[in-house]
Amino acid sequence: MNMFNRSAAFVFGASLFLGSAAAQAGGTVEVLHWWTSGGEAKAVGELKKTFEAQGGKWIDSPIAGGGGDAAMTALRARVMAGDPPTAVQLKGPGIQEWAKEGALNDVDDVAKKENWDAVLPPALAGIMKYDGKYVAAPVNIHRVDWFWANPQVLAKVGASMPTTWEEFNATADKLKAAGITPLAHGGQPWQDATVFEVVVLGVGGPDFFQKALVELDEKALTSDTMVKSFDQLRKLRGYVDPSFSGRDWNLATAMVMNGEAGFQIMGDWAKGEFLAAGKRPGTDFLCAPAPGNGYILNSDSFTFFKVSGADRLEGQKVLASEIMSPAFQETFNLAKGSIPARIDVPMDKFDSCAVKSHDDLAAAIAANSLVPSMAHEMAIPRTIRGEFLDAVTNFFNSDMSSADAVKALVEGVKRAQR
Amino acid sequence: MPTRRRPAQWIEPHLPKLVVSPLFAASLFFVYGFIAWTLYISFTRSAVLPSYEFAGLIQYERLWDTPRWYVAIANLFIFSSLFMAGCTVIGILLAILLDQRIRIEGTIRAIYLYPMALSFIVTGTAWKWILNPGLGLEHVIRGWGFENFRFDWLVNPDMAIYTVVIAGVWQSSGYVMALFLAGLRSVDDEILKAAAIDGAGPIRTYYSIILPMVRPVFLSAFIILAHLAIKSFDLVMALTGGGPGYATDMPATFMYSFAFQRSELGEAAASAVMMLVTVIAIIVPYLYSELRRTGR
Repeated sequence: MNMFNRSAAFVFGASLFLGSAAAQAGGTVEVLHWWTSGGEAKAVGELKKTFEAQGGKWIDSPIAGGGGDAAMTALRARVMAGDPPTAVQLKGPGIQEWAKEGALNDVDDVAKKENWDAVLPPALAGIMKYDGKYVAAPVNIHRVDWFWANPQVLAKVGASMPTTWEEFNATADKLKAAGITPLAHGGQPWQDATVFEVVVLGVGGPDFFQKALVELDEKALTSDTMVKSFDQLRKLRGYVDPSFSGRDWNLATAMVMNGEAGFQIMGDWAKGEFLAAGKRPGTDFLCAPAPGNGYILNSDSFTFFKVSGADRLEGQKVLASEIMSPAFQETFNLAKGSIPARIDVPMDKFDSCAVKSHDDLAAAIAANSLVPSMAHEMAIPRTIRGEFLDAVTNFFNSDMSSADAVKALVEGVKRAQR
Repeated sequence: MPTRRRPAQWIEPHLPKLVVSPLFAASLFFVYGFIAWTLYISFTRSAVLPSYEFAGLIQYERLWDTPRWYVAIANLFIFSSLFMAGCTVIGILLAILLDQRIRIEGTIRAIYLYPMALSFIVTGTAWKWILNPGLGLEHVIRGWGFENFRFDWLVNPDMAIYTVVIAGVWQSSGYVMALFLAGLRSVDDEILKAAAIDGAGPIRTYYSIILPMVRPVFLSAFIILAHLAIKSFDLVMALTGGGPGYATDMPATFMYSFAFQRSELGEAAASAVMMLVTVIAIIVPYLYSELRRTGR
């Protein structure tokens, strides 16, 4: 029967026959995502290719707009209508939110068979699990705490890459005196929050970050360290140019590229901008981890929703296994600019910044200094993250005192938890 | 024969009702049905998905405990009062000036009316560039040698809301002008001549005679401007994105970010209900007094 189907498909090349043959081989998946531009679209195309190579049927549901807000709205409607997609680009505590609603399937038998626990960083594995079972599979790891710099600009003031915030401030003061914008920044709440969490890591260290921004410990949130973090953020406010409001992050990256600005504090998706402009790491731009001896983790993942029917369940399992295969992790991340979520993938095809990221990740796992990103929805639910964004962006755009900012933040977190 | 004619006889008087009923049913469901649904959701703990368990007034308590909501409310009042006043005053002035039987009136009228043909997204984006201190007006005037010129409202949290007013007024005052111009043109020439014979100057003629006569135009202008102001979302999104910080947040953008970015459906529904109540509180008494005055 199978033989007949395959030869028939071969002869006719008809999608109907191909489809039914495929259904038995690799199952069907419908994938909801918002990777629609440039390197991201290419990266998800790689996933589609590998999945189809296994004989599966891939139904693509890209929903662009609003940084995923539109896709989330569509997802909500689909789940309520009882027709969820097989896999959704969904990350962080968002996974737990949906799991709590009982909307997810687990793929734990695949994960057990392939021993995901051994190849994923423990902090990331915890986020992928609900009730001890894997309900999502990570495709990549982005590091958030990076300094990106223009070496020619740094050379003008005779500075090297700073390793502490004091050094950063000193270099920034020199740049400012030389008439160069020290920090390229875009005034959007998520960018403000990105800078904020990098500052918190540098001022308080990974343990403090974990307590304050992940566990939301009130003592940590109201501590002097938090006030000091806001003080440093206030200093950074003085290093941005006057028209930073509302600027997109990639335009800020372009300022560093063109030598208009010295630094940008941004996750390693910024590297994609440099590379796309034909710049080489080490000579045209520099990457270095921000102070704090930690590693702020951001990771995209596919979450598996509660589908039924043998065909779709099969597709879900094949997709899960596919996502976690070392070959896919390599091709996907070469296209997207991140590093593989699996720590055992060879890094020889990656650039020096990615290799640095990978080495630091291993070191951070060993030293227990790996922390999930607050600004990028890895650490805390969106409701509480929203309060952080409000408090931080309001502080950054006003002359509020650090103590008042801490107070506003704590009140916001309490309100969101109410 | 009569049996065959009966359906036709029945249909004829009921035809208008039949034609309108699908529309009526659709609007009953999609407008009032969803208003009722939103109202109910605002009394629940709905987060990422709607839940239907009644939870009392908790979402309203949380809403009125959120500093950002107060910013949104204050902005709505600043924006809508200045926007409506600005559009009306500029619209009337332009209409009166155009009413002086000037040359190439048609061309000028079209120029003033054109902004209305743009969407608020286009207006917002264009003004974002014009008002950006590093690219637009400030940059140009400094380039002319006025080094101390400052116009950074767009990036100044205290002033940013006024840039939304500027862009909004630019967009909509031409339309108000057209409304008033039509009104002015409908005033009988005899009355103007009578006023001139009585020795009334042009200012007095307009202020005491013509403007009171075009009173219904004020109603139309008010209603159109008020709903533009209250539902303003796209202009803010395109011009400031709600920023700097959340300094230009409006109830509509507040609701969007709570519902779609923060998984707070309940609190977002509560803010939507507050918006609805605001609209009702403003529009209904005004409509009532105006419609009663015109005797309907």
